[in-house]
Amino acid sequence: MVALLFICGCTGTTTDPVPDEKQQLRIATTTSLYDTKLLDHLTPIFEEQYNAEVLIISAGTGKALEYGQRGDVDVMMVHDRAREDTFLADGYGTNRRVFAYNYFVLVGPESDPAGVANMTPEAAFTAIREKGTAGDANVTFVSRGDASGTHSKEQAIWKAAGFNYTTEVKGSGDWYQEAGTGMGATLEMANEKEAYTLSDIGTYLAYKGDLDLVTIVDEGDILLNVYSAMQINPEKFPDINSTVAKDWVNFVISDDIQKEIASFGVDKYGQPLFYAAGDDWEKIGVTEAEVKDPIA
Amino acid sequence: MYEIVEGFLEAARLIVTLDADVMAIALRSITISLTATVLAGLVAVPLGAAIYFGTFPGRKSLINLIQTLYSLPTVVVGLLIFLFISRVGPFGFMRLLFTPTAMVIAQTVLVLPIMTGLTISALSGVDPVIRDTLRSLGATHLQFLANVMKEARFAILAAVAVGFGRAISEVGAAILVGGNIMASSFASSTRVLTTAISLETSMGNISESIALGILLLLIALAVNLVITTVQHR
Repeated sequence: MVALLFICGCTGTTTDPVPDEKQQLRIATTTSLYDTKLLDHLTPIFEEQYNAEVLIISAGTGKALEYGQRGDVDVMMVHDRAREDTFLADGYGTNRRVFAYNYFVLVGPESDPAGVANMTPEAAFTAIREKGTAGDANVTFVSRGDASGTHSKEQAIWKAAGFNYTTEVKGSGDWYQEAGTGMGATLEMANEKEAYTLSDIGTYLAYKGDLDLVTIVDEGDILLNVYSAMQINPEKFPDINSTVAKDWVNFVISDDIQKEIASFGVDKYGQPLFYAAGDDWEKIGVTEAEVKDPIA
Repeated sequence: MYEIVEGFLEAARLIVTLDADVMAIALRSITISLTATVLAGLVAVPLGAAIYFGTFPGRKSLINLIQTLYSLPTVVVGLLIFLFISRVGPFGFMRLLFTPTAMVIAQTVLVLPIMTGLTISALSGVDPVIRDTLRSLGATHLQFLANVMKEARFAILAAVAVGFGRAISEVGAAILVGGNIMASSFASSTRVLTTAISLETSMGNISESIALGILLLLIALAVNLVITTVQHR
């Protein structure tokens, strides 16, 4: 009986027009924003201000884009500029705003078996591949391998280093292993295997306490990591919760929340996990409107 | 080794102090899987009986098919249900994806074959002497059915229990159609014991994983105890 009540109780929640009923907002997010607990920090503030309930599906950028394209969520929070552009151009998304950025880092075992510390990202990747394909059993690279934003960035670095990802990297030997999972889990895996992996700095810092991995390469323009939030286009999916979706996007670029983002984790990790996009739009190569203008 | 010992101690603490998050996840697991089991039972038991007592062409093949579906992979069920209830799918307008209801549907589909098949086996296991006696005593068709079902009731109950065990222990479908959401309200969240274990382990929170794992085992034990008690009455 209780079970039946439960079923009845949860089917109509999204469409029920009762005014004091909470609006539900479904967000598909890249795992880094979830694994660092940034979203756990922000959602209670939003829920209180907007009398809404936030449902977060943490999935990686690739899956998030898929959910968005199918109209299964109201908002996406992702970090893959190129694929976001396609997504917007295809009309699935609208009103993109950039709210945070940080950097990717190449992390690996302290012994640095490929000897790539402080190289440029491209040179480090080249050297790791060289040692790996030559059969050095100590050199392993764990890739997200899940079409996430981080995986996209990794592929971009391979490309910048002059390799064809599909033919010269993927499947080129046991040194290159695809985890097919989120950032946190991939870091755990790289840690177990004493391997190199590319991570966003936020997730790495949040997991650092449990890991033996250290930062190997953290400088290079290509390592910039820009996070954006966008609405799923209500013209494609008319019954999407577009009002509360708009509220969310405006919320993350608001002054107060930008401050929250910039200070998040400082007390715990001694440095911020994310930088607020607010005043750094020039530095990260986006327009001022994209970081400042609330959606009308 | 230290990690494991520490994990178990912390797990014990989480369970003994009835940690609110852990309890909510366990309760959600029970609610969802129990609902799915009840729904599947309402279909599987009559269906199993109909197949067992029925005479129709292809009966043997149908039973074979049902038995094959015992090992229906949970992720395949998850994928199918996902495609049906995703917004662009045929039932997308119902907005069921990423709700506990979606998980109930997936688990119901998942356990239907095994519950139906085991109901058929339960009925086949009834002593032939009882059937002959019923017939020789001139039982009507309905009386015959009712009495055979009654004889098989414990085995049918066991079939239902096996279904519940499969439902509560699966992770593939739960994560695909539920999305492993931890929302502020109980009814909107879709994080259950199995998906939580998967997430917590990937996040390196070993003690939470162990606590959740112990709870999962305790639930299985409790169900088993209830059934044994009923059977011995």
